[in-house]
Amino acid sequence: MLAIRNLNVHYGGIHALRGIDIDVPDGKIISLIGANGAGKSTTLKSVMGLVPKSDGHVYWDNTDITSLKTKDIVGEGIILCPEGRRIFPDLTVDENIAAGAYLRKDKAEIAKDRDWVYELFPRIAGRTWQLGATLSGGEQQMLAVARALMSKPKLLMLDEPSLGLAPLVIKDIFAVIQKIREDGVNILLIEQNAKAALEISDYAYVMETGVITMAGPGKALLSDPRVQQAYLGE
Amino acid sequence: METRLNKKTRAALSVIAIALFVILVFLGDKYISAGSTWKMLITVIEKGSIFALVAASMNLLNGFTGLFSLGQAGFMLIGAYSYAIFTIPGKSHDAVYQYFDGGLIKWSIVEILEGKMGIFGHYLGMFIPMLFAGLFVALIAFLIGIPVLRLKSDYLAIATLGFAEIIRAFFQWNTLGPVTNGSNVLRKYTTYNNAIFPVIVAGISIAIILLLINSTYGRAFKAIRDDEIAAEAMGINLFKHKELSFVISSFFAGISGALLAMFQTTINATPFNTVMTYEILLIVVIGGIGSITGSVIGAFLFTAASEWWLRGLDAGKWLGIQSSLMRPGFRKVVFAVLIMLIVLFYAQGIMGTKEFSWDGFIGWWKKLPAAIKGWPQKRKAAAAAKKEARAVKAAAKARAKEAKQDSEMKKASGAALFTPLPMTDHVVVFDKEGK
Repeated sequence: MLAIRNLNVHYGGIHALRGIDIDVPDGKIISLIGANGAGKSTTLKSVMGLVPKSDGHVYWDNTDITSLKTKDIVGEGIILCPEGRRIFPDLTVDENIAAGAYLRKDKAEIAKDRDWVYELFPRIAGRTWQLGATLSGGEQQMLAVARALMSKPKLLMLDEPSLGLAPLVIKDIFAVIQKIREDGVNILLIEQNAKAALEISDYAYVMETGVITMAGPGKALLSDPRVQQAYLGE
Repeated sequence: METRLNKKTRAALSVIAIALFVILVFLGDKYISAGSTWKMLITVIEKGSIFALVAASMNLLNGFTGLFSLGQAGFMLIGAYSYAIFTIPGKSHDAVYQYFDGGLIKWSIVEILEGKMGIFGHYLGMFIPMLFAGLFVALIAFLIGIPVLRLKSDYLAIATLGFAEIIRAFFQWNTLGPVTNGSNVLRKYTTYNNAIFPVIVAGISIAIILLLINSTYGRAFKAIRDDEIAAEAMGINLFKHKELSFVISSFFAGISGALLAMFQTTINATPFNTVMTYEILLIVVIGGIGSITGSVIGAFLFTAASEWWLRGLDAGKWLGIQSSLMRPGFRKVVFAVLIMLIVLFYAQGIMGTKEFSWDGFIGWWKKLPAAIKGWPQKRKAAAAAKKEARAVKAAAKARAKEAKQDSEMKKASGAALFTPLPMTDHVVVFDKEGK
């Protein structure tokens, strides 16, 4: 499991994260919701080592991974599927998938996982020779998730997988996220689409300007009047 | 119809084509007399293959890793000097280093090995300093890369360009004279005696570059080019791969520098300036940024044009046209205009990001007769389409003019220009026509 303790991040003079505590136990979907600029993406990026931490610790299965480099964190089995998809537009779907398995050497296992991700996302399975840029927004998001899965992660961190997608496609992707959890991958999900995220998560944290303000089981938060008013627009 | 050849056929075709080309070049260089026009073709192949190698190395950096570097001429310069310094025969040292008491190094690797192993030693003696040239340049690139590769895009280009200029001044420094001969030319060093030498060396080097691009490393390079943040999130070590690409690219630039030294038979630091870097960049752009095949084609086209086809532009007479404008330097003006036209209208270059494949070639060859036959119709159709587009445009313009007159008339008469939309207190469902 992943444990974030008292995480602090400064961007120049701005104190972006002010002591975040989050747990991601095994076999669970945990989500982190909040408005724009609350610090959700920063949390994930600092866990990955893409943004320097100014204080706090990140533990992974009882080891301290606070100061590891990004590639070593990926090697530990944590992967970030970045915001805005960020697939490689000039590589084919197959090459994008192969890039996800960059740190792995076991060819047979990689081939097995390739079949697994194509099974999860049949919509991109038929387009292996297409360039990434020519996929639709939803297909690009599927490719981004599939690419992240190719590193054979134990923890998948998804940054806004529903960004800019049609409701039907969002439903598809969230269904697959649940399936991925059943295959034994822990999930930390960041969403602005609070309703969709809370519905599938076992536990959730609400974030506001760099601090966690609420936490609770997904279903409970969904029916909480404060959450409803602030994030569900009811 | 799409043709797909199997792996063996493709490999066989490649081997036959390459062997045929090498044999033709060998025989051509041996038997065509020096004064003939066709000798020019051999010269173009020699110089073209050298530039193909350096363009491919630049493309590896610019086109595949997305690092806009302009230091290629500087690296070639180091490579050329590294080769030449160690292969000047002992008895020629006094003549070459006449201002520096015969120089510091009084021996030649070629002579030493030839004395021990004969003809095999001769070629080994050429190969060792050539490999040394590549490795030495790679080492320098490694050291420079540590600070410079932290820069992005234009800043990287400026830093590498500046580095190349510093190198040029450094090699002309008088204090280094006993080694580099200061600002005087190096000459009399060992060169090859048949045009297949640069063709084979460049061919093998380009094949290695192609293998690299198609490996896991190549995929990591392309991932970095497409999106650095995503690549890093996938666990790709950005700095390590940028440095690797920079060092390998420089290694091959060094080799091509050594080949250029052999081709020219004398070298001097002066011509390895920014103009040379831009010529290499031009080749890469003409061929297609991100296509090694394109760089090779571009290199041969560029060399043929500058050494052969456009020579007359500098000499005062070209294709029977005579003009006082055509004096030395005019060729460069034409090239400058050409690069502007290419960048404006044909930015993807000859090959875009595609590579040569036998399947593609056969498909193109099969379609060629039909394309030539269909060309007049195609032109007619294009002309008709253009005419139609012009008519549509004219009609739209007329309609706009009419509408403007109409609205002006209504305005003058005080009539309403539009009717407001209906407002209802219940939900209105629109059908597909929007009613």
